[in-house]
Amino acid sequence: MSLATETRPLTRREWLLSDRPQSRLQARLGRAYMTWRRFSANRLAVVGLLILLGLCFVAAFADLLAPHSPVIGNLAGARLLSPGSEGYLLGTDDQGRDILSRLIHGSRLTLAVVVLVAVIAAPVGLIVGAVAGYAGGWIDAILMRITDIFLAFPKLVLALAFVAALGPGIENAVIAIAITSWPPYARIARAETLTLRNSDYIAAVRLMGASPARIVFRHVIPMCMSSLIVRVTLDMAGIILTAAGLGFLGLGAQPPLPEWGAMIASGRRFILDQWWVATMPGIAILIVSLGFNLLGDGLRDALDPRESGQ
Amino acid sequence: MNGRRRARSRKAIATALQFLVVVATTYLGLLAVTFFIGRVIPIDPVLAVLGDRAPAHVVERTREAMGLNLPLYQQFFIYCRQALSGDFGVSVLTTNPVMTDIRRVFPATMELATLGTLIGALIGVPLGVLAAVKRGSIADQIVRVIGLVGYSVPIFWLALLALLVFYARLRWVAYPGRIDIVYEYTFSPITGFYLVDALWQGQWDVFRDIFRHIILPASLLGYFSLAYISRMTRSFMLNELQQEYIVAARAKGLSEARIIWGHALRNAAVPLVTVIALSYAGLLEGSVLTETVFAWPGLGLYITNSLQNADMNAVLGGTIIIGSVFIGINLLSDLLYRTLDPRTRAR
Repeated sequence: MSLATETRPLTRREWLLSDRPQSRLQARLGRAYMTWRRFSANRLAVVGLLILLGLCFVAAFADLLAPHSPVIGNLAGARLLSPGSEGYLLGTDDQGRDILSRLIHGSRLTLAVVVLVAVIAAPVGLIVGAVAGYAGGWIDAILMRITDIFLAFPKLVLALAFVAALGPGIENAVIAIAITSWPPYARIARAETLTLRNSDYIAAVRLMGASPARIVFRHVIPMCMSSLIVRVTLDMAGIILTAAGLGFLGLGAQPPLPEWGAMIASGRRFILDQWWVATMPGIAILIVSLGFNLLGDGLRDALDPRESGQ
Repeated sequence: MNGRRRARSRKAIATALQFLVVVATTYLGLLAVTFFIGRVIPIDPVLAVLGDRAPAHVVERTREAMGLNLPLYQQFFIYCRQALSGDFGVSVLTTNPVMTDIRRVFPATMELATLGTLIGALIGVPLGVLAAVKRGSIADQIVRVIGLVGYSVPIFWLALLALLVFYARLRWVAYPGRIDIVYEYTFSPITGFYLVDALWQGQWDVFRDIFRHIILPASLLGYFSLAYISRMTRSFMLNELQQEYIVAARAKGLSEARIIWGHALRNAAVPLVTVIALSYAGLLEGSVLTETVFAWPGLGLYITNSLQNADMNAVLGGTIIIGSVFIGINLLSDLLYRTLDPRTRAR
């Protein structure tokens, strides 16, 4: 805040909101601040953000937070205890394992699935879409036909078939979900690229002799990011539900991993008498995917006002 | 005049051809993916048939008989020909041809998805209209929360809880399954849609029993399509209510109900048909998890049962069938959109 001291020192807010930024950093921070203001005006979106920060916190410090082991239970003295029992806040399952501890450790798996799918699927969709949109012609036709074919598939059923072929396990579940979730990103990236392709700044870069690869990676893809981030966030809830569904069917994470969907499946046998075994993991899934949906809605309104439908 | 008419018919043919190419390539892609899945599977199909103690020359002969020595493109060609004629091989689990099995279980899934979509549309559309008309009100917030929860809740978990509450505690509905064991051997379905069959035969006690079985899973699926339909209805209606013809209708002094239901909703109906068709397709898929919980003898349960027994023919056959229905519904909704909305008609 060394600049603009002629008349009176600017407050931090004025510096951020200045319409004549003195440096690139100031301009960027100012834009981020505006986005944050739009975003934080939406209270539900902030709730979503807090939920997800909470998830990250719990996943990071699972070892410290969990009161018991997630895998080794107390078979002798603590089988199927009801919630609120001494030392077991959410009760225990049929092997005497503390459900709360399993949920806390399971948050790592959920977070891992979400992050891995995003890291695999988003770049693939982004590159396919940007290349198709920028190249045009038959490259565009072929890439988009492939995208449409994948888009026409029922996602869960295709993921099921992939996992059936690859064998059950959390890595294969991630791969199967990633394979089925990139096409919408390709569509979005292509649509954005088409609007950018003939803009002046692209023409200027091309005139300076930039290669097509450089144009796509340095000048087109960064512009697609904001709508892509919104879409990925909104998809996260669906990804969590699909992963949990695969776990429920016994095709995702294998026992004794504390995956939430698999926990529901193992609690299914006791649903009539020991309802909490299956109920608690479901609540965890509901809260986390609600968090992603709320955050996604808020981000869409803040980053992409056209799309919000208001 | 004649030239223009010829140009128009040529354009219609071109559109039809384009549609045909889209469908054909999509279907080819579907078959390519399932073929690929069937080939990358780590289980050797020959060993799956013969077991691992067969002598080497028998393995070799069987491999040849199954066409596994041919080049891959020839195998794919044979695979496509078989799949297109409805031959997906024999299910290891049931020892029937997969197509026979699917024909038996498919009506159960369709009945469930149809009832679910009906419930979702009949409740979802009015809710969406209400939310749009009373935008920002408590009602709007409630509809929004209903939708958000519908997007966020795991369907199999909600199904388990619903069973716990409505079957185990309240005894309002029947236990999982499609029909009571008492009626299972006396009731002879014609079409496979049990509700229709029972009505047709005038067997009211059977109808009542079937209804008590189907209502819970159908309501659950209905809730999920409701979440989607009400959200889309709201956004379509908001869009329509801003248009100038609404102002004109108000200026003419039409009643608010007439404006909303007769004018705005009618214009929003065209995209809504597409949304409802897509949600129907989504329910066919959602039925995979729901059917497992409710022991509903449909395609979803068939696929998951086969999965658990490594019965790949059945899994891939079921995938192709659901994929085909998906492609068909997508196409149908596209066609409906074109025919219902005069603005998209070729001029």
